[in-house]
Amino acid sequence: MELTVGPNPFFWSADDWQSFYDRLAEAPVARVVLGELVCSKRLPFYAARLPAAVERLTAAGKTVALTSLALVTLPRERKATAELAEAGAEVEVNDLTALSHLPEGAGFTVGPLVNVYNEGTLAWLAARGATRICLPPELPLASVETLARAAAGHGVAIEVWGHGRAPLAISGRCYHARLHGRAKDNCLFACEDDPDGLEVRTLDDTAFLAMNGVQTLSAATLSAVHQVEALKAAGVASLRLSPQSQGFDEVCRIWHARLAGGMDGEAAAGALEALVPGGRLADGFLTGARGTDWSAGAPA
Amino acid sequence: MVMEIVCPAGTPAALRTAVQAGAHTIYCGFADETNARNFPGLNFSREEMAEGVAFAHAHGAKVLVAINTFPRAGAETLWHAAVADAEAAGADAVILADLGLLAHAARHHPGLRRHLSVQAAAANADAINFYGREFGVRRVVLPRVLSVSEIAAINAETGVETEVFVFGGLCVMAEGRCSLSSWATGESPNMNGVCSPASHVKYREEGGALSSTLGGFTINRVAAGKPAPYPTLCKGVFRAGTAEGHLFEDPVSLDAAALMPALRDAGVTALKIEGRQRSRAYVGQVVRAFRAAVDALEAGREVPSGLLTRLTEGGATTTGAYKKTWR
Repeated sequence: MELTVGPNPFFWSADDWQSFYDRLAEAPVARVVLGELVCSKRLPFYAARLPAAVERLTAAGKTVALTSLALVTLPRERKATAELAEAGAEVEVNDLTALSHLPEGAGFTVGPLVNVYNEGTLAWLAARGATRICLPPELPLASVETLARAAAGHGVAIEVWGHGRAPLAISGRCYHARLHGRAKDNCLFACEDDPDGLEVRTLDDTAFLAMNGVQTLSAATLSAVHQVEALKAAGVASLRLSPQSQGFDEVCRIWHARLAGGMDGEAAAGALEALVPGGRLADGFLTGARGTDWSAGAPA
Repeated sequence: MVMEIVCPAGTPAALRTAVQAGAHTIYCGFADETNARNFPGLNFSREEMAEGVAFAHAHGAKVLVAINTFPRAGAETLWHAAVADAEAAGADAVILADLGLLAHAARHHPGLRRHLSVQAAAANADAINFYGREFGVRRVVLPRVLSVSEIAAINAETGVETEVFVFGGLCVMAEGRCSLSSWATGESPNMNGVCSPASHVKYREEGGALSSTLGGFTINRVAAGKPAPYPTLCKGVFRAGTAEGHLFEDPVSLDAAALMPALRDAGVTALKIEGRQRSRAYVGQVVRAFRAAVDALEAGREVPSGLLTRLTEGGATTTGAYKKTWR
């Protein structure tokens, strides 16, 4: 099983952004998806640095893909999505708008924000040219197993969310702007102070969600660290690590060791808990009753 | 063209009420997980669907069948059967969201008209035309993330008819792309056709306050004796930093009746009312009010304002994303 680093969902300064991808060139991961997933207003801050980052990662031997936006509504977002198809790089479709611009038969990958819940959808995407599909994090292990079997017959590689705050929702409304009493069009980049999203607590002060502009994430870091063997057995080709602002080099090393057999689930979980924002892991979508549950390695 | 009023029916009785109240079109679903309002005691058996369609047709109304959850891996036959049964019942169209199910319906039921559910979240003309091209989709229910001027721009670029929500419950997240409910409860709109299900709701009294919990998470608290709001996840009270409040959305519902002239001018074909879980009486009142409004509009009279206020949750309403400042 390989490791893929998903697109950075957060708003970082251009310098932080660049230094993240500079370091990632040295990390033990096979694939990197980059570009803007969440908010088109963020892209101009680092767009000029994208080509060099792609070049550096490619030179380091990584396979690189560019993500589409998760929700495309504005004219400039449609234009950017259309141009993505012409950029020449592999495109990760995270909104079907991107697929509408890809020439019939051109290969592409499908990101976790496209709803692939069943064999029929998988078969349709494979026929359209999908070579790799990262499944929605919401899917239970039984569905992952069924879809991985079906994917093998189509020559499609299946990827599963391995690590990161889970993308739970996307909206037309910016919650960061709303929190600051602003509208999205006049947001003044309210999200820039929260490089891992802003933790949202319940009235019992339980960490529950994290707001990230128009996106809502889980507060806990989704982690498939205890399901590695089951996912391998199912034929899953790759696990996705979603960026966090601190300690990500170490996260990559832990995951590499976990996949290579140098670390068991419990040891890896313990090491990861110390590194993730908020300090809590969850794997309930795969094996629990609710997404927020954590198996702590108990048999599924 | 008169804008078509598309009304919800959770039961055969509600369907008949809506038809008699002047609905042009009714939408409903089968009593299982194939539709996004899979609530206990709601929806139609196969026989009821056929009877409902016959009743509607006899009164000049149409019936759309929502099969708009995402089929479970390994269990797609349940959804395929729903499409076949909708056609057999004489439905005028099916409302679908899943790519695989759209492909299946286009291939095996080419004569059955296909609408794209709001659950597919097709939010621009490129995506909508893509569904039109690939699956012969004739109408799209627009996601609730667009302003009126954006809707007008979409209509200028597509031959696919557009249907928009004008009244009822309001999702603040793009529908079909939200797993907040399964994060907290394990059950979601996409997989199970439910959101913030009542089976996971508890009310707890402590220290003179009444707390509402969903999946064990406390997301509302009011003084004891006050009516406790239903803990729909995105409309709960949360804390972030030093702030506490309805961080995602206030407990409001959508009322875009006042925007009907603008929506007509934007080229909208149909106006959709949310609420298959609502009572027959509610459905009848809302349908009558909206039918009167479109008839007034058609006759060049002013649309009466505020006529639906007492039917909305707590009286508080919003025009949602139709006005740009909502974002």
